[in-house]
Amino acid sequence: MNTSADNAIVRLEDVHLSFGQTHVLKGIDLTVNKGDAVSIIGPSGSGKSTILRCINALVQPQSGRITVGGTRVDQLSKESERIALRKRVGIVFQQYNLFPHLTVLDNIVLAPTRILGADRREAEKLARELLDKVRLAEKADAYPGQLSGGQQQRVAIARALAMKPELVLFDEVTSALDPETVGEVLWVIRDLIRDGMTSILVTHEMRFAEEISDTVVFTENGRIIDHGSPEQIFHTSDNPRIRQFVGGLSGGRGAVRDGEGI
Amino acid sequence: MNTVALAPPRKRRHLLRNSGFLALPLIILVWSVADPSLGRELLDWVPYLASGFMMNIVIALLAMTLGTLVGTLFGILELAPYRLVRYPVVAYVQVFRNAPHLVLIFATTYIFPFEIVVAGHYLPFPDWVKAVIGLAIPASAYVAEITRGAIQSIPTTQWEAAKGLGFSQGQALRWIILPQCLRRSLPPWMNLFASITMGTALASLVGVHELLHAATDASTAVRRLDFTIVAYLVVMAAFFMLCYPISRLTRRLEGRFNAA
Repeated sequence: MNTSADNAIVRLEDVHLSFGQTHVLKGIDLTVNKGDAVSIIGPSGSGKSTILRCINALVQPQSGRITVGGTRVDQLSKESERIALRKRVGIVFQQYNLFPHLTVLDNIVLAPTRILGADRREAEKLARELLDKVRLAEKADAYPGQLSGGQQQRVAIARALAMKPELVLFDEVTSALDPETVGEVLWVIRDLIRDGMTSILVTHEMRFAEEISDTVVFTENGRIIDHGSPEQIFHTSDNPRIRQFVGGLSGGRGAVRDGEGI
Repeated sequence: MNTVALAPPRKRRHLLRNSGFLALPLIILVWSVADPSLGRELLDWVPYLASGFMMNIVIALLAMTLGTLVGTLFGILELAPYRLVRYPVVAYVQVFRNAPHLVLIFATTYIFPFEIVVAGHYLPFPDWVKAVIGLAIPASAYVAEITRGAIQSIPTTQWEAAKGLGFSQGQALRWIILPQCLRRSLPPWMNLFASITMGTALASLVGVHELLHAATDASTAVRRLDFTIVAYLVVMAAFFMLCYPISRLTRRLEGRFNAA
Protein backbone atom coordinates (compact mmCIF):
# COMPACT_ATOMS: atom_id res chain seq x y z
CA MET A 1 0.00 0.00 0.00
CA ASN A 2 2.25 2.85 1.23
CA THR A 3 5.28 2.28 -0.90
CA SER A 4 5.98 5.72 -2.33
CA ALA A 5 9.07 6.88 -0.44
CA ASP A 6 8.54 10.56 -1.27
CA ASN A 7 5.19 10.55 0.39
CA ALA A 8 6.26 9.02 3.70
CA ILE A 9 6.33 11.52 6.55
CA VAL A 10 7.12 9.00 9.29
CA ARG A 11 9.19 5.87 8.86
CA LEU A 12 10.23 3.49 11.61
CA GLU A 13 12.60 0.66 10.72
CA ASP A 14 13.41 -2.17 13.10
CA VAL A 15 13.04 0.00 16.22
CA HIS A 16 14.05 -1.67 19.49
CA LEU A 17 13.58 -0.07 22.88
CA SER A 18 13.93 -1.28 26.46
CA PHE A 19 13.30 0.40 29.78
CA GLY A 20 15.85 -1.33 31.98
CA GLN A 21 15.17 -5.05 31.73
CA THR A 22 11.81 -4.60 30.04
CA HIS A 23 11.92 -5.01 26.30
CA VAL A 24 9.09 -2.74 25.17
CA LEU A 25 9.59 -2.48 21.42
CA LYS A 26 11.01 -5.53 19.64
CA GLY A 27 11.53 -4.38 16.09
CA ILE A 28 8.83 -1.98 14.95
CA ASP A 29 8.46 -1.15 11.24
CA LEU A 30 5.92 1.48 10.39
CA THR A 31 5.40 3.90 7.53
CA VAL A 32 2.96 6.78 7.60
CA ASN A 33 2.25 8.77 4.47
CA LYS A 34 1.49 12.46 4.38
CA GLY A 35 -2.20 13.10 4.94
CA ASP A 36 -2.88 9.60 6.22
CA ALA A 37 -4.54 8.57 9.44
CA VAL A 38 -2.99 5.54 11.06
CA SER A 39 -4.52 3.86 14.09
CA ILE A 40 -2.45 1.69 16.40
CA ILE A 41 -4.55 -0.82 18.28
CA GLY A 42 -3.74 -3.72 20.52
CA PRO A 43 -3.84 -4.84 24.13
CA SER A 44 -2.51 -2.66 26.96
CA GLY A 45 1.24 -2.84 27.50
CA SER A 46 1.93 -3.78 23.90
CA GLY A 47 4.05 -0.65 23.34
CA LYS A 48 1.54 1.51 21.49
CA SER A 49 2.17 4.72 23.41
CA THR A 50 5.91 4.13 23.35
CA ILE A 51 5.84 4.13 19.55
CA LEU A 52 4.34 7.63 19.65
CA ARG A 53 6.90 8.79 22.19
CA CYS A 54 9.70 7.57 19.93
CA ILE A 55 8.34 9.58 17.04
CA ASN A 56 8.59 12.92 18.85
CA ALA A 57 11.78 11.96 20.71
CA LEU A 58 10.30 11.87 24.20
CA VAL A 59 12.09 8.53 24.47
CA GLN A 60 15.16 7.31 22.61
CA PRO A 61 15.24 3.80 21.18
CA GLN A 62 18.33 1.60 21.57
CA SER A 63 18.45 0.69 17.90
CA GLY A 64 16.62 1.16 14.63
CA ARG A 65 15.94 4.08 12.32
CA ILE A 66 13.23 6.70 12.84
CA THR A 67 12.71 9.31 10.16
CA VAL A 68 10.21 12.15 10.53
CA GLY A 69 9.91 14.50 7.57
CA GLY A 70 13.57 14.10 6.59
CA THR A 71 14.91 14.19 10.17
CA ARG A 72 16.71 11.12 11.53
CA VAL A 73 15.13 11.17 14.98
CA ASP A 74 17.19 8.27 16.30
CA GLN A 75 20.40 10.19 15.58
CA LEU A 76 19.42 13.38 17.38
CA SER A 77 21.96 13.89 20.15
CA LYS A 78 21.29 17.43 21.28
CA GLU A 79 18.24 18.51 23.28
CA SER A 80 17.90 21.54 20.98
CA GLU A 81 17.49 19.21 17.99
CA ARG A 82 14.79 17.24 19.79
CA ILE A 83 13.01 20.48 20.65
CA ALA A 84 13.12 21.52 17.00
CA LEU A 85 11.50 18.20 16.11
CA ARG A 86 8.79 18.51 18.76
CA LYS A 87 7.77 21.89 17.38
CA ARG A 88 6.88 20.06 14.16
CA VAL A 89 5.11 17.09 15.76
CA GLY A 90 2.06 17.74 17.90
CA ILE A 91 1.06 15.35 20.66
CA VAL A 92 -2.18 15.06 22.60
CA PHE A 93 -2.15 13.08 25.84
CA GLN A 94 -4.65 10.85 27.55
CA GLN A 95 -4.90 13.19 30.56
CA TYR A 96 -5.12 16.42 28.46
CA ASN A 97 -2.40 18.06 30.65
CA LEU A 98 -3.66 21.59 30.13
CA PHE A 99 -1.89 24.33 32.07
CA PRO A 100 -4.31 24.98 34.96
CA HIS A 101 -3.09 28.50 35.74
CA LEU A 102 -3.84 29.81 32.26
CA THR A 103 -7.12 30.49 30.49
CA VAL A 104 -8.10 28.35 27.53
CA LEU A 105 -6.93 31.07 25.15
CA ASP A 106 -3.58 31.48 26.94
CA ASN A 107 -3.06 27.71 26.95
CA ILE A 108 -3.23 27.80 23.17
CA VAL A 109 -1.29 31.02 22.68
CA LEU A 110 1.59 30.26 25.08
CA ALA A 111 3.70 27.95 22.91
CA PRO A 112 3.35 29.89 19.62
CA THR A 113 4.30 33.18 21.29
CA ARG A 114 7.01 31.94 23.65
CA ILE A 115 8.50 29.15 21.56
CA LEU A 116 7.93 30.20 17.97
CA GLY A 117 8.10 33.92 18.72
CA ALA A 118 4.77 34.57 17.01
CA ASP A 119 3.07 37.93 17.32
CA ARG A 120 0.61 37.87 20.22
CA ARG A 121 -2.27 39.27 18.18
CA GLU A 122 -1.81 36.82 15.32
CA ALA A 123 -1.44 33.94 17.76
CA GLU A 124 -4.71 34.94 19.42
CA LYS A 125 -6.45 35.14 16.07
CA LEU A 126 -5.27 31.64 15.21
CA ALA A 127 -6.23 30.41 18.68
CA ARG A 128 -9.76 31.71 18.26
CA GLU A 129 -10.04 30.07 14.86
CA LEU A 130 -8.90 26.78 16.38
CA LEU A 131 -11.32 27.13 19.28
CA ASP A 132 -14.04 27.66 16.72
CA LYS A 133 -12.91 24.51 14.98
CA VAL A 134 -13.11 22.45 18.18
CA ARG A 135 -16.44 24.18 18.96
CA LEU A 136 -15.34 25.93 22.10
CA ALA A 137 -15.24 29.55 20.93
CA GLU A 138 -17.27 30.69 23.93
CA LYS A 139 -14.84 29.10 26.41
CA ALA A 140 -11.80 31.21 25.47
CA ASP A 141 -11.65 32.94 28.85
CA ALA A 142 -12.53 29.92 30.99
CA TYR A 143 -9.93 28.08 33.05
CA PRO A 144 -9.30 24.36 32.43
CA GLY A 145 -10.74 23.50 35.85
CA GLN A 146 -14.09 24.88 34.74
CA LEU A 147 -14.33 22.58 31.72
CA SER A 148 -15.47 18.98 31.36
CA GLY A 149 -12.97 16.32 30.36
CA GLY A 150 -14.14 16.32 26.78
CA GLN A 151 -13.88 20.09 26.55
CA GLN A 152 -10.40 20.03 28.08
CA GLN A 153 -9.30 17.43 25.58
CA ARG A 154 -10.59 19.54 22.70
CA VAL A 155 -8.61 22.50 24.04
CA ALA A 156 -5.55 20.24 24.21
CA ILE A 157 -6.07 19.38 20.54
CA ALA A 158 -6.37 23.08 19.66
CA ARG A 159 -3.20 23.74 21.67
CA ALA A 160 -1.28 21.14 19.68
CA LEU A 161 -2.63 22.50 16.38
CA ALA A 162 -1.59 26.06 17.26
CA MET A 163 2.02 25.03 16.61
CA LYS A 164 0.98 24.21 13.02
CA PRO A 165 2.47 20.71 13.26
CA GLU A 166 3.25 18.49 10.27
CA LEU A 167 1.56 15.62 12.05
CA VAL A 168 -0.31 15.02 15.29
CA LEU A 169 0.06 12.07 17.64
CA PHE A 170 -3.02 11.14 19.67
CA ASP A 171 -2.19 9.02 22.70
CA GLU A 172 -5.40 7.32 23.88
CA VAL A 173 -7.07 10.69 23.96
CA THR A 174 -10.51 9.37 24.87
CA SER A 175 -9.47 6.77 27.45
CA ALA A 176 -9.83 9.11 30.43
CA LEU A 177 -13.19 10.51 29.33
CA ASP A 178 -16.61 9.48 30.43
CA PRO A 179 -18.65 7.89 27.64
CA GLU A 180 -20.83 10.95 27.12
CA THR A 181 -17.96 13.21 26.13
CA VAL A 182 -15.99 10.72 24.05
CA GLY A 183 -18.14 11.56 21.03
CA GLU A 184 -17.38 15.28 20.96
CA VAL A 185 -13.64 14.60 20.97
CA LEU A 186 -13.85 11.99 18.23
CA TRP A 187 -15.91 14.46 16.19
CA VAL A 188 -13.08 16.98 16.30
CA ILE A 189 -10.46 14.40 15.37
CA ARG A 190 -12.58 13.16 12.49
CA ASP A 191 -12.85 16.74 11.16
CA LEU A 192 -9.13 17.14 11.43
CA ILE A 193 -8.40 13.96 9.52
CA ARG A 194 -10.87 14.94 6.81
CA ASP A 195 -8.99 18.23 6.46
CA GLY A 196 -5.93 16.13 5.64
CA MET A 197 -3.94 16.34 8.89
CA THR A 198 -1.50 13.47 9.15
CA SER A 199 -2.48 11.67 12.33
CA ILE A 200 -1.25 8.69 14.28
CA LEU A 201 -3.71 7.50 16.89
CA VAL A 202 -3.32 5.03 19.69
CA THR A 203 -6.88 4.16 20.49
CA HIS A 204 -9.30 1.69 21.97
CA GLU A 205 -12.23 3.11 19.99
CA MET A 206 -12.47 0.30 17.44
CA ARG A 207 -15.44 1.64 15.51
CA PHE A 208 -13.80 5.02 15.25
CA ALA A 209 -10.48 3.53 14.14
CA GLU A 210 -12.29 1.51 11.51
CA GLU A 211 -14.13 4.56 10.21
CA ILE A 212 -11.35 7.15 9.96
CA SER A 213 -8.13 5.18 9.43
CA ASP A 214 -6.30 4.68 6.17
CA THR A 215 -4.21 2.03 7.88
CA VAL A 216 -4.73 0.09 11.08
CA VAL A 217 -1.77 -1.43 12.90
CA PHE A 218 -2.17 -4.20 15.44
CA THR A 219 0.54 -4.47 18.08
CA GLU A 220 1.16 -7.07 20.71
CA ASN A 221 4.17 -7.64 22.97
CA GLY A 222 6.24 -4.93 21.31
CA ARG A 223 5.75 -6.24 17.78
CA ILE A 224 3.47 -5.30 14.94
CA ILE A 225 1.45 -8.43 14.35
CA ASP A 226 -0.38 -7.14 11.32
CA HIS A 227 -1.24 -3.97 9.47
CA GLY A 228 -3.55 -3.14 6.64
CA SER A 229 -6.75 -1.39 5.70
CA PRO A 230 -9.47 -1.23 8.37
CA GLU A 231 -11.41 -3.76 6.31
CA GLN A 232 -8.49 -6.20 6.43
CA ILE A 233 -7.84 -5.87 10.14
CA PHE A 234 -11.37 -5.71 11.41
CA HIS A 235 -13.16 -8.07 9.06
CA THR A 236 -11.01 -10.27 6.89
CA SER A 237 -8.00 -10.92 9.10
CA ASP A 238 -7.17 -14.61 9.40
CA ASN A 239 -5.01 -14.00 12.46
CA PRO A 240 -6.93 -15.60 15.35
CA ARG A 241 -5.42 -13.23 17.92
CA ILE A 242 -6.67 -10.17 16.03
CA ARG A 243 -10.08 -11.71 15.44
CA GLN A 244 -10.37 -12.41 19.14
CA PHE A 245 -9.23 -8.90 20.16
CA VAL A 246 -11.38 -7.04 17.65
CA GLY A 247 -14.40 -9.22 18.29
CA GLY A 248 -14.10 -8.84 22.04
CA LEU A 249 -13.87 -5.06 21.97
CA SER A 250 -15.91 -3.67 19.13
CA GLY A 251 -19.00 -5.63 19.95
CA GLY A 252 -19.99 -4.13 23.27
CA ARG A 253 -18.42 -0.70 23.23
CA GLY A 254 -19.04 0.05 19.59
CA ALA A 255 -22.73 -0.65 19.92
CA VAL A 256 -23.03 2.00 22.62
CA ARG A 257 -21.27 4.53 20.41
CA ASP A 258 -23.66 3.82 17.58
CA GLY A 259 -26.53 4.45 19.91
CA GLU A 260 -25.21 7.95 20.46
CA GLY A 261 -25.08 8.62 16.76
CA ILE A 262 -21.35 9.13 16.51
CA MET B 1 -25.07 19.84 62.90
CA ASN B 2 -22.00 19.90 65.12
CA THR B 3 -20.17 22.44 63.04
CA VAL B 4 -23.18 24.70 63.04
CA ALA B 5 -23.32 24.57 66.80
CA LEU B 6 -19.57 25.09 67.24
CA ALA B 7 -18.92 27.93 64.85
CA PRO B 8 -20.47 31.25 65.83
CA PRO B 9 -22.49 32.92 63.09
CA ARG B 10 -20.47 34.78 60.50
CA LYS B 11 -21.25 38.26 61.79
CA ARG B 12 -20.34 37.45 65.38
CA ARG B 13 -17.12 35.85 64.25
CA HIS B 14 -16.20 39.06 62.47
CA LEU B 15 -16.95 41.06 65.58
CA LEU B 16 -14.86 38.73 67.74
CA ARG B 17 -11.95 38.94 65.36
CA ASN B 18 -12.08 42.71 65.09
CA SER B 19 -12.37 43.19 68.84
CA GLY B 20 -9.34 40.92 69.22
CA PHE B 21 -7.55 43.16 66.76
CA LEU B 22 -8.50 46.23 68.80
CA ALA B 23 -8.01 44.81 72.30
CA LEU B 24 -4.37 45.83 72.87
CA PRO B 25 -4.70 49.39 71.49
CA LEU B 26 -7.87 49.74 73.52
CA ILE B 27 -6.18 48.78 76.79
CA ILE B 28 -3.37 51.23 76.06
CA LEU B 29 -5.84 54.01 75.23
CA VAL B 30 -8.07 53.44 78.26
CA TRP B 31 -5.09 53.30 80.62
CA SER B 32 -3.62 56.50 79.14
CA VAL B 33 -6.91 58.34 79.52
CA ALA B 34 -7.48 57.03 83.05
CA ASP B 35 -4.05 58.25 84.12
CA PRO B 36 -3.30 61.43 82.14
CA SER B 37 0.28 61.70 83.45
CA LEU B 38 0.97 58.29 81.95
CA GLY B 39 -0.79 59.27 78.73
CA ARG B 40 1.30 62.42 78.39
CA GLU B 41 4.50 60.47 79.01
CA LEU B 42 3.53 57.91 76.40
CA LEU B 43 2.64 60.60 73.88
CA ASP B 44 6.09 62.11 74.32
CA TRP B 45 7.73 58.82 73.51
CA VAL B 46 5.50 57.79 70.59
CA PRO B 47 7.67 59.40 67.86
CA TYR B 48 10.74 57.66 69.28
CA LEU B 49 8.95 54.31 69.39
CA ALA B 50 7.57 54.87 65.87
CA SER B 51 11.03 55.55 64.49
CA GLY B 52 12.11 52.26 66.08
CA PHE B 53 9.22 50.42 64.49
CA MET B 54 10.09 51.84 61.08
CA MET B 55 13.40 50.07 61.47
CA ASN B 56 11.63 46.76 62.11
CA ILE B 57 9.59 47.21 58.96
CA VAL B 58 12.63 48.17 56.88
CA ILE B 59 14.64 45.19 58.17
CA ALA B 60 11.75 42.79 57.56
CA LEU B 61 11.08 44.03 54.03
CA LEU B 62 14.73 44.01 53.00
CA ALA B 63 15.41 40.61 54.59
CA MET B 64 12.40 39.09 52.84
CA THR B 65 13.27 40.67 49.50
CA LEU B 66 16.83 39.42 49.68
CA GLY B 67 15.77 36.05 51.11
CA THR B 68 13.15 35.56 48.40
CA LEU B 69 15.50 36.38 45.53
CA VAL B 70 18.27 34.11 46.79
CA GLY B 71 15.87 31.45 48.08
CA THR B 72 13.96 31.09 44.82
CA LEU B 73 17.20 30.61 42.93
CA PHE B 74 18.47 28.12 45.52
CA GLY B 75 15.17 26.23 45.44
CA ILE B 76 15.60 25.72 41.71
CA LEU B 77 19.26 24.77 42.15
CA GLU B 78 18.28 22.19 44.79
CA LEU B 79 16.73 20.28 41.89
CA ALA B 80 19.66 20.76 39.52
CA PRO B 81 20.74 17.56 37.76
CA TYR B 82 24.40 18.21 38.62
CA ARG B 83 25.58 17.08 42.04
CA LEU B 84 28.30 19.70 42.05
CA VAL B 85 25.59 22.37 42.03
CA ARG B 86 22.98 20.55 44.09
CA TYR B 87 25.00 19.36 47.08
CA PRO B 88 26.40 22.73 48.24
CA VAL B 89 22.97 24.34 47.91
CA VAL B 90 21.26 21.55 49.83
CA ALA B 91 23.92 21.85 52.53
CA TYR B 92 23.36 25.63 52.77
CA VAL B 93 19.62 25.18 53.04
CA GLN B 94 19.79 22.45 55.68
CA VAL B 95 22.35 24.27 57.83
CA PHE B 96 20.63 27.66 57.85
CA ARG B 97 17.08 26.41 58.03
CA ASN B 98 17.96 24.74 61.30
CA ALA B 99 19.97 27.59 62.83
CA PRO B 100 18.34 29.90 65.41
CA HIS B 101 17.74 33.35 63.96
CA LEU B 102 19.40 34.94 66.98
CA VAL B 103 22.59 32.97 66.38
CA LEU B 104 22.71 34.14 62.77
CA ILE B 105 22.14 37.77 63.78
CA PHE B 106 24.96 37.56 66.33
CA ALA B 107 27.19 35.84 63.79
CA THR B 108 26.66 38.43 61.04
CA THR B 109 27.04 41.28 63.52
CA TYR B 110 30.35 40.12 64.90
CA ILE B 111 31.84 38.47 61.83
CA PHE B 112 31.35 41.35 59.38
CA PRO B 113 33.51 44.47 59.89
CA PHE B 114 31.90 47.75 60.97
CA GLU B 115 33.10 49.42 57.78
CA ILE B 116 34.22 48.27 54.38
CA VAL B 117 36.79 49.77 52.05
CA VAL B 118 35.63 50.27 48.48
CA ALA B 119 38.17 51.85 46.14
CA GLY B 120 39.87 53.75 48.95
CA HIS B 121 36.59 54.99 50.48
CA TYR B 122 35.55 53.86 53.92
CA LEU B 123 31.88 52.90 53.84
CA PRO B 124 30.10 52.24 57.12
CA PHE B 125 28.55 48.81 57.48
CA PRO B 126 25.83 49.55 60.05
CA ASP B 127 24.46 46.96 62.43
CA TRP B 128 20.96 47.11 60.98
CA VAL B 129 22.29 46.02 57.57
CA LYS B 130 23.99 43.10 59.30
CA ALA B 131 20.68 42.25 60.93
CA VAL B 132 19.07 42.28 57.47
CA ILE B 133 21.65 39.77 56.29
CA GLY B 134 21.31 37.74 59.49
CA LEU B 135 17.58 37.34 58.85
CA ALA B 136 17.85 37.05 55.07
CA ILE B 137 19.98 33.92 55.44
CA PRO B 138 17.36 31.78 57.21
CA ALA B 139 14.65 33.41 55.07
CA SER B 140 16.48 32.32 51.91
CA ALA B 141 16.83 28.79 53.27
CA TYR B 142 13.10 28.61 54.00
CA VAL B 143 12.15 30.16 50.65
CA ALA B 144 14.40 27.61 48.93
CA GLU B 145 12.50 24.77 50.60
CA ILE B 146 9.14 26.37 49.77
CA THR B 147 10.21 26.76 46.14
CA ARG B 148 11.62 23.24 45.87
CA GLY B 149 8.48 21.76 47.41
CA ALA B 150 6.24 23.76 45.09
CA ILE B 151 8.17 22.73 41.99
CA GLN B 152 8.06 19.07 43.02
CA SER B 153 4.34 19.29 43.73
CA ILE B 154 3.59 20.15 40.10
CA PRO B 155 2.64 16.90 38.31
CA THR B 156 5.30 15.58 35.92
CA THR B 157 2.64 15.51 33.22
CA GLN B 158 2.92 19.31 33.11
CA TRP B 159 6.59 18.97 32.19
CA GLU B 160 5.68 16.35 29.62
CA ALA B 161 3.01 18.56 28.07
CA ALA B 162 5.49 21.42 27.88
CA LYS B 163 8.11 19.15 26.31
CA GLY B 164 5.58 17.91 23.78
CA LEU B 165 4.97 21.50 22.68
CA GLY B 166 8.69 22.12 22.16
CA PHE B 167 9.53 23.90 25.43
CA SER B 168 13.07 23.52 26.76
CA GLN B 169 13.52 22.71 30.46
CA GLY B 170 14.21 26.35 31.26
CA GLN B 171 11.27 27.64 29.24
CA ALA B 172 8.94 25.11 30.85
CA LEU B 173 10.16 26.20 34.28
CA ARG B 174 9.75 29.89 33.46
CA TRP B 175 6.38 29.82 31.71
CA ILE B 176 4.57 26.79 33.06
CA ILE B 177 6.00 25.45 36.31
CA LEU B 178 7.04 28.58 38.27
CA PRO B 179 3.79 30.48 37.64
CA GLN B 180 1.93 27.54 39.15
CA CYS B 181 4.38 27.49 42.07
CA LEU B 182 3.65 31.13 42.81
CA ARG B 183 0.10 30.35 43.87
CA ARG B 184 1.09 27.32 45.89
CA SER B 185 3.94 28.95 47.73
CA LEU B 186 2.26 32.25 48.57
CA PRO B 187 0.64 31.04 51.83
CA PRO B 188 3.84 29.51 53.30
CA TRP B 189 5.77 32.53 52.08
CA MET B 190 3.48 34.87 53.99
CA ASN B 191 3.85 32.71 57.10
CA LEU B 192 7.59 33.15 56.77
CA PHE B 193 7.12 36.88 56.28
CA ALA B 194 5.24 37.11 59.58
CA SER B 195 7.87 35.00 61.33
CA ILE B 196 10.77 37.09 59.98
CA THR B 197 8.95 40.29 60.92
CA MET B 198 8.68 39.08 64.50
CA GLY B 199 12.33 38.05 64.33
CA THR B 200 13.39 41.64 63.68
CA ALA B 201 12.97 42.27 67.43
CA LEU B 202 16.05 40.08 67.90
CA ALA B 203 18.11 42.86 66.33
CA SER B 204 17.67 44.83 69.56
CA LEU B 205 20.11 42.41 71.18
CA VAL B 206 22.94 43.57 68.93
CA GLY B 207 22.14 47.23 69.49
CA VAL B 208 20.00 48.03 66.46
CA HIS B 209 17.64 50.89 67.21
CA GLU B 210 14.35 49.17 66.56
CA LEU B 211 11.06 49.10 68.45
CA LEU B 212 12.00 46.76 71.30
CA HIS B 213 15.24 48.64 71.81
CA ALA B 214 13.37 51.95 71.78
CA ALA B 215 10.85 50.68 74.33
CA THR B 216 13.68 49.59 76.63
CA ASP B 217 15.29 53.02 76.23
CA ALA B 218 12.01 54.68 77.06
CA SER B 219 11.26 52.61 80.14
CA THR B 220 14.81 53.14 81.46
CA ALA B 221 14.46 56.88 81.01
CA VAL B 222 10.98 57.24 82.52
CA ARG B 223 11.45 54.76 85.37
CA ARG B 224 7.76 54.14 86.07
CA LEU B 225 6.42 50.61 86.35
CA ASP B 226 3.07 51.45 84.73
CA PHE B 227 4.88 53.18 81.86
CA THR B 228 7.12 50.17 81.39
CA ILE B 229 4.08 47.92 81.14
CA VAL B 230 2.34 50.22 78.66
CA ALA B 231 5.52 50.62 76.61
CA TYR B 232 5.82 46.86 76.13
CA LEU B 233 2.09 46.65 75.43
CA VAL B 234 2.71 49.15 72.62
CA VAL B 235 5.48 46.91 71.29
CA MET B 236 3.18 43.89 71.31
CA ALA B 237 0.34 45.86 69.76
CA ALA B 238 2.58 47.15 66.98
CA PHE B 239 3.83 43.67 66.03
CA PHE B 240 0.34 42.26 66.33
CA MET B 241 -1.12 44.92 64.05
CA LEU B 242 1.55 44.15 61.46
CA CYS B 243 1.60 40.34 61.64
CA TYR B 244 -2.03 39.52 62.29
CA PRO B 245 -3.34 40.89 58.95
CA ILE B 246 -0.61 38.89 57.20
CA SER B 247 -1.68 35.65 58.87
CA ARG B 248 -5.38 36.42 58.21
CA LEU B 249 -4.64 37.03 54.54
CA THR B 250 -2.64 33.80 54.43
CA ARG B 251 -5.57 31.86 55.85
CA ARG B 252 -7.89 33.41 53.28
CA LEU B 253 -5.54 32.60 50.41
CA GLU B 254 -5.06 29.03 51.64
CA GLY B 255 -8.82 28.59 51.67
CA ARG B 256 -9.13 30.00 48.17
CA PHE B 257 -6.38 27.83 46.75
CA ASN B 258 -7.73 24.71 48.40
CA ALA B 259 -11.11 25.40 46.87
CA ALA B 260 -9.62 26.06 43.40
